[in-house]
Amino acid sequence: MITKEATAAAPAPAPAVPEPPRPTTRRRAWDEAPRWQIYLPLGIYLVFTLIPFYWILLFALRPAGSTSLVPWPMTTAHFEKVWTDRGFGTFFQNSVLVGVATLFMTTLVALAGGYALARFDFRIKRGFMLALLCSQFVPGALLLVPLFEIFAELRMINSLGSVIIAETVFQLPLSMILLSNFIKNVPYSLEEAAWVDGCDRFRAFRVVVLPLLRPGLIAVGSFAFVHSWNHFLFALMFLNNQEKQTVPVGLNTLMSADSVDLGALAAGGIIAAVPVVIVFAFIQKWLITGFSAGAVKG
Amino acid sequence: MAQAAAVAKPPAPPRRRRASATPRRLPYLLIAPAALLMLGFIAYPVLSVFYYSLRDYNPTKPWRNGFAGLDNFTRIFTEDPLFRDTLVFSAKWVFVEVGLQLMFGLALALIVNQTFAGRALGRALVFSPWAVSGVLTSAIWVLLYNSQTGITRYLADMGIGEYGVSWLSDTSTVFPAAIVADLWRGVPFFAILILADLQSVSKDLYEAAEVDGASRFKQFWHITLPHLKDAIILSTLLRAVWEFNNVDLLYTLTGGGPAGSTTTLPLYIANTSVDAHDFGYASALTTVAFVILLFCSMVYLRLSKFGGEK
Repeated sequence: MITKEATAAAPAPAPAVPEPPRPTTRRRAWDEAPRWQIYLPLGIYLVFTLIPFYWILLFALRPAGSTSLVPWPMTTAHFEKVWTDRGFGTFFQNSVLVGVATLFMTTLVALAGGYALARFDFRIKRGFMLALLCSQFVPGALLLVPLFEIFAELRMINSLGSVIIAETVFQLPLSMILLSNFIKNVPYSLEEAAWVDGCDRFRAFRVVVLPLLRPGLIAVGSFAFVHSWNHFLFALMFLNNQEKQTVPVGLNTLMSADSVDLGALAAGGIIAAVPVVIVFAFIQKWLITGFSAGAVKG
Repeated sequence: MAQAAAVAKPPAPPRRRRASATPRRLPYLLIAPAALLMLGFIAYPVLSVFYYSLRDYNPTKPWRNGFAGLDNFTRIFTEDPLFRDTLVFSAKWVFVEVGLQLMFGLALALIVNQTFAGRALGRALVFSPWAVSGVLTSAIWVLLYNSQTGITRYLADMGIGEYGVSWLSDTSTVFPAAIVADLWRGVPFFAILILADLQSVSKDLYEAAEVDGASRFKQFWHITLPHLKDAIILSTLLRAVWEFNNVDLLYTLTGGGPAGSTTTLPLYIANTSVDAHDFGYASALTTVAFVILLFCSMVYLRLSKFGGEK
């Protein structure tokens, strides 16, 4: 009787689902803020957000000495100067190398560790978790001297490897916690089913779990890339050779010059922003879901 | 191999068996790379900071190197007015930044959580500074604040303020100027985290509240805010630690100046070790900063009753 009713009722609403997008009767009070209460504050905040972006575009595109508030006539002179004369071409390459290497190292190591934390109980697990949390209080900036000495010992000063390792290490704890939460959200039974079908643990993980971790991997990987792309203190400290420096260090050099070349600085800033903006546009829709799924909550 | 052997053993619930059939060592192997990296590049440096804090250690004055006992710490608390000044400034910086970022971030999250036309674009634009680095933020605001062609010039054109003013080189304006620059980048962090947490508020609660005739403000106060509590506590703590430790922005924007008026404790430490090469003293300062940070975090978590009354 009940099953009959259920099966009879089931097909009916199915085709209706895609049809009405938002019946007006379903609008609720929290959804009904007057439009101006949304657009006015949002508009004001957008002005605050966008003026700085506009400002840097303006300075990058208008000729040196111009005070016009529109970037017209447009020039690419600043970009050419920064890219070749000021070495941003090389810096850009180095930054990409550091960013991509950090992305892969962080994701791989955090994935392995995150899986262990999500799926096993082992003796040092609690201690390890505590260490991960505590490491959040350790400021990389304050460890510059001992880190410098370690890398000097390893003969890695002036090699991009030092920066890659340092960036990875400070990305790891949060990435691992985030990924282990994502893995916990994948039912264990899925993996067990794959074992029954004859997969070993690694294959089961690769075939069953990994595809479901896509949002988590994207979140963690892009954070690692963006952070290492943006971060500057390690590169400043460990890379003295101009050939090895990264984009943020180049920007800092431009800023600390006695008379700042504003056009060059703006063009350098745009170069620094481009990859991050691309990554951001790409991950934007995963950002919210990624955080809510991987949220550090009990 | 191991699996087969385990399965062949005496009968037991097959599910349990299979799970434990994996080698005991597997979890350890999996965390080994992370553990080794963290031991080598976080734990060891931390320990060496503690060790150096008890020594005189200055590569440029090697003849003085040696065990110093608690001398460095005595110097911090009795002879170093800069320590107190920079600590006070750090506290002020963190407090104002985190407070304002939370306030604006919460408001922003609540706004873009509404349904309205153009929401996706609005969110993307509003969140975009989140991805901008400290150095790039500095570069942008150096352009905005510069005395010749910065924003003040155009404001002066419109009759607001004077020409040739540089907010970053005046001790009375540098603090708000730096605060605004860091807010620009910091508000999206809170907005994103709070918005993520808002997704999990049960809609039924609002429905029930509406039936009971609760106003929108009351719904916010009694439903939304309690739900967000843990997320807010955790993100303010993480952000406070981050704002305390982060030196990128102030280092490049103001360089700690003018006249040291925007030097935070970590910036002071970085200068002590990098410029003055006084590693021993810098290590002692670092140790003190650790302890202060840890203590404040504990107190904060205790006071805010993180995790609710369980």
